Amino acid sequence: MEEKRIRKDNEAFLKQLNMTDYETTYEHFKWDDLDKVFEGLPSGGLNIAHEAIDRHANGPLADKPALIWLGEDGQERIFTYAQMKKESAKFANVIKTLGFEKGERIYTLSTRLPELYIGAMGILKNRSVMCPLFSQFGPEPILQRMQRGDAKGLLTTKRLYEKKIAPQLDALPDLRYILLIDAEEDVDEKVLSLPSLMKKASDTFEIESTDPEDMSLLHFTSGTTGMPKGVIHVHKAVYTHWVTGAYVLDLHEDDIYWCTADPGWVTGTSYGIIAPWLHGATNIVNEAEFDAERWYGILQDYKVNVWYTAPTAIRRLMRLDIDPLERFDLSHLRVVQSVGEPLNPEAVIWGVEKLKMPIHDNWWQTETGGIMIANYPCMDVKPGSMGKPLPGIVAAVVRQNEDGSVTEITEAGKDGDLALKPGWPSMFRGYLHNEEKYKNSFAGGWYISGDLAYRDEDGYFWFVGRADDIIKTSGHMVGPFEVESALMEHPAVAEVGVIGKPDPLIGQLVKAFVSLKSGYAPDEKLKRELIGFARKKLGAAVAPKEIEFQEDLPKTRSGKIMRRLLKARELGLPEGDTSTLEK
Amino acid sequence: MTKDDIKQKIIEAIYEIAPEHEGDTIPDNENIQRSLDIDSFDFLSLLTALNDTLGVEVPESDYGEVDTLQKMTDYFSEHMA
Repeated sequence: MEEKRIRKDNEAFLKQLNMTDYETTYEHFKWDDLDKVFEGLPSGGLNIAHEAIDRHANGPLADKPALIWLGEDGQERIFTYAQMKKESAKFANVIKTLGFEKGERIYTLSTRLPELYIGAMGILKNRSVMCPLFSQFGPEPILQRMQRGDAKGLLTTKRLYEKKIAPQLDALPDLRYILLIDAEEDVDEKVLSLPSLMKKASDTFEIESTDPEDMSLLHFTSGTTGMPKGVIHVHKAVYTHWVTGAYVLDLHEDDIYWCTADPGWVTGTSYGIIAPWLHGATNIVNEAEFDAERWYGILQDYKVNVWYTAPTAIRRLMRLDIDPLERFDLSHLRVVQSVGEPLNPEAVIWGVEKLKMPIHDNWWQTETGGIMIANYPCMDVKPGSMGKPLPGIVAAVVRQNEDGSVTEITEAGKDGDLALKPGWPSMFRGYLHNEEKYKNSFAGGWYISGDLAYRDEDGYFWFVGRADDIIKTSGHMVGPFEVESALMEHPAVAEVGVIGKPDPLIGQLVKAFVSLKSGYAPDEKLKRELIGFARKKLGAAVAPKEIEFQEDLPKTRSGKIMRRLLKARELGLPEGDTSTLEK
Repeated sequence: MTKDDIKQKIIEAIYEIAPEHEGDTIPDNENIQRSLDIDSFDFLSLLTALNDTLGVEVPESDYGEVDTLQKMTDYFSEHMA
């Protein structure tokens, strides 16, 4: 097959690129050189909130919009850097007065409201730990994550509190306070009105000395055999956020930037909150869910320069029967990046044809804290490839040997585990309460990502698949075990195996194969009941979209459901090694 | 088909996609995705199902016009005429 290559011309960009030559930058890059980029705290150390907000609020950018919030019903709220400094200081004072301490986990469960972004900065200023939950999670994934992360506080909305928290409050005895963003009055002595607390709070807050290695964020990620794990990040991660903001997103101080990701997921915090502010850019936040007309309208009306979005959204824009450049003025748009799952080559080409610029794919995970492999504005794009390692990052394709050692695969085009040399600033520092699992993520001096990839003769990396059963749906990770466990609680269910079924729009959809206990009939009514049952527990983002009844699920002789086989059968692929299959 | 019939069909389709709401009153003027906690994939499945039952295809560019139960009912009733 003839390989397509999209050539780049640095001169054709509307702005001088931050990185004009990838190879030279990669060769000379040193993380330590970034020390001078950051101001550091007056009290000592490094704190994300100071570097993102206060530092700019104290300088010439004070009156520049840091956040432009676009409400679902057409409202607009603008916060300058100076206002963000004050609002986040108030929030920090609120939680400090309530007794929240350094290292304590404060969860967020909210749609994209300004208070979520203010709260994020306030939590970090108090040196507490922000732990984001996705607002479309059902009660079960919320409870799992709050219990596993020792939740002490929660920032949420009335609706989400009443629906998803209040019914299971008894299971969270250590949760001290719940702050409601939109409640005018306190509900009781534990469930408080944020607006009335903010009214009373001082708008100055001195951030206490913060060690760069202090915990900043705890994001949960799905496991394949167990429940979700809390991924520990530290304040020093700003080094990666800053450098990827500069080289991958090509952020400049006068840029208007829009990241469409929700802060319930790591892209929405690393790149929806932190990276743009480190660069002093204006961050657009859109409260509403995907709507093609609205999205193009935002790009046009707010003169967005840099746009970070996801394959699912791009594929939906592609379904629209319009020529965007004829209908909308997107002349300010300079860089488009995409993450969440591999971007199909057609979507990259669509960008070239319809937006007159390629869409740049990149690769990273919750554990890496920031973008690790990317297509850069200055570098030719090979559609379908995730690009090349970030300056400062050593990536390789490796093979894990049976004796525990690791061999690097240098041969071009040969598949293996995608691995990174540990030590980059935003690398996760642990899985909370699970040191063993953390240790097992490393082998032979490499972090083993769990993704399979190959490298071509030009050094570009290409995604092949997952090494495990984790499902990637609409850019989010779903652990099959979590879904199976929920379905097993239904009295009719004997066995469950959950897989990701390929879907042209959302990558994979969650599909459950269910065998029933005797006495239950596999009919449409029960299927519907099971879907409703799972959705009620797990929420739409995690619950299965499809259920198929099967009399017997394929199992190993030790009784483990063979998801791999279910998937192969679903896809009509060869079944591979079935020597362990129970006959 | 009267507007009430159309609305009933929409409600049935919602129950099918999100059976956890079976029997619930669906608010007329609230954003469907938000108030029912359905994701955008569910929303697309809903429109696909309604295309099958009501014979009206809602193009992606019109999604903003069908984001509440009432607006959806109006949209279908207009386009079925």
